Amino acid sequence: MLTVGLVTVFPRSILLFLLFQGSLLYAYVARIPNWLRAGILGVGLLVLMPVIGAYYNGYYLEVATQVGIFAALALGLNIVVGLAGLLDLGYVAFFAVGAYSWAIVGSPHANLIFGSGFPLAPGWFYVFLFVGLAVAAITGALLGLPVLRLHGDYLAIVTLGFGEVIRVLANNLDKPINLTNGPKGITPIGRPPVPFGMSYAEAFYFLVLLIVGVVILVNRRLEDSHIGRAWEAIREDEVAAQAMGVPLVRSKLLAFACGASFAGVMGVVFAAKQVFINPESFTFLESIGVLAMVILGGMGSIPGAVVGATVVTVLNLQVLKGFSLWLNELKNAGVTVFGYSLASLPTQFEPAKYERMVFGIILVLMMIFRPQGILPARRRQRELTKS
Amino acid sequence: MSVLFEARAVTKRFGGLIAVNGVDYALERGISSIIGPNGAGKTTLFNVFTGLYTPEAGTVTFRGHSLLGLRPDQITALGVCRTFQNIRLFANMTAVENVLVGMHARVPLGIWDALSHRPRFHEVERGLWQRGHALLNRVGLAAKANEVARNLPYGDQRRLELARALASEPTLLLLDEPTAGMTQGEASQLMVLLRQLVGDLDLAILLIEHNMRVVMEVSDRVTVLDHGEKIAEGLPRQVQGDARVIEAYLGRRGSRSASAAP
Repeated sequence: MLTVGLVTVFPRSILLFLLFQGSLLYAYVARIPNWLRAGILGVGLLVLMPVIGAYYNGYYLEVATQVGIFAALALGLNIVVGLAGLLDLGYVAFFAVGAYSWAIVGSPHANLIFGSGFPLAPGWFYVFLFVGLAVAAITGALLGLPVLRLHGDYLAIVTLGFGEVIRVLANNLDKPINLTNGPKGITPIGRPPVPFGMSYAEAFYFLVLLIVGVVILVNRRLEDSHIGRAWEAIREDEVAAQAMGVPLVRSKLLAFACGASFAGVMGVVFAAKQVFINPESFTFLESIGVLAMVILGGMGSIPGAVVGATVVTVLNLQVLKGFSLWLNELKNAGVTVFGYSLASLPTQFEPAKYERMVFGIILVLMMIFRPQGILPARRRQRELTKS
Repeated sequence: MSVLFEARAVTKRFGGLIAVNGVDYALERGISSIIGPNGAGKTTLFNVFTGLYTPEAGTVTFRGHSLLGLRPDQITALGVCRTFQNIRLFANMTAVENVLVGMHARVPLGIWDALSHRPRFHEVERGLWQRGHALLNRVGLAAKANEVARNLPYGDQRRLELARALASEPTLLLLDEPTAGMTQGEASQLMVLLRQLVGDLDLAILLIEHNMRVVMEVSDRVTVLDHGEKIAEGLPRQVQGDARVIEAYLGRRGSRSASAAP
């Protein structure tokens, strides 16, 4: 609670916002009664976060919304990679499919294809949350069909290719029928009607929060059922799983479709939130980013995926950017270190240029010192403490 | 009534090697064993029976259904389940979870039951866990239900594989070297258990076994394979005295090329 006060006093301090997030994480892992934990997290996410966003620093709410979007993506990929053990390097393709499904009909762009009558009324957005889900799930199953016979490395390569195919399609489907408007992207994409006089930023925050909540619920229920056990069995030993009566094809397709559907829903939200999308939002690097969230958080762990998404997103949006700004300030102020003036640092060393490197180093250090992830799955944790 | 399980003229080749050559095999309830020197084609035959391999020729029928062309999970659903020679547990799952996976074909729930959590889901799920613990109890692993499979001692892992196979409610249970790595005492205990299972569950059990004492003690019928062909079949006593069997295991009298395993 103290951290919230501090954030309100110093609305520009990134460190304090990090502290706020840290205290939410601490509340999650602390040994306190469940009702208290739920209370703190609920108040933090439902009340304090929007208040901070509305009155102190709107950018934080944007960061929180992005965290939510990526959390849903990480949770979806967690089913495919963490539970079923199917390494998918093209996951962002499903996100793209969801995003384009709303972008095309939710903008005037669709008039070029279907004649007149577009964009659809904003209210259709809510219908398209489900359309995006269904389209992505079908795409997931379609991808699943040809790659079911592949394992490990081969599967990874094919999914990587699939991700690229979707991106290249988005890039080139402006001819002969202009479906995606190519690299120029689609804009303006319609935004949904907002209840209770909320701002768009708040509305999207709550919508994303709601979806993440549903995704977590679905994830948990699947994991604790015979379906989740079948996925884990496939991850452990495919041959034995099938010999014990697990239908491989159906289980794997289900994993692909479930994972993809979460990405599809978030794609629709993303398109509406950004108003503009183009193929650049769905590059291979994004797929890798989501995979890094899953691995960083702890494979097969639901809280891990959420924490991984938070850490990576905040690192990218705030910490590394803040670090760059800070170094730039030092440079402009002409600070000298060991008699060397930072101002004469060549431009190649501009901090913005090695953000990715810092990110990479953090990942490498994580894998060396805590390979099980930040919040590992219960079982994995047990196993590591035993042996 | 037709035969419970019948294979006719099964042939399986790997390139130029004929692993199983025109083997006829039939079995009824009770315990049957397949023995033979290393490389005789015993495990290959198992893999054909459970759908892991497709034979080049021959037929395999279980209760009148052909098993050829069926996937392993479909064969398990029909009531034929197996264990593996080189233990294949789900290493990072707990013992009881391993058993629960074995029940997969018998779970009367779909994805919507799992998502909606309607009362029936909890009811069925509770039943599954109870059965899981009961099966572990049966094979003597009750105290280790929540241990991760990979941390179990070798003998326990073999017993867990047995429990997992039993979880699929098989009529025919195929056990590939279930006593490998066990002491003589443990092996005898396991055989007592198998005898009880046959009695209680009206099972047919087919064993591949190298431990001759175990085989001769427990089997109702013994089949001997050598170089992919069936060379003898009958009661344990009859097989023990068969000249071709002795030759397969010990080599021909006066020959120096006795390379088969004891």
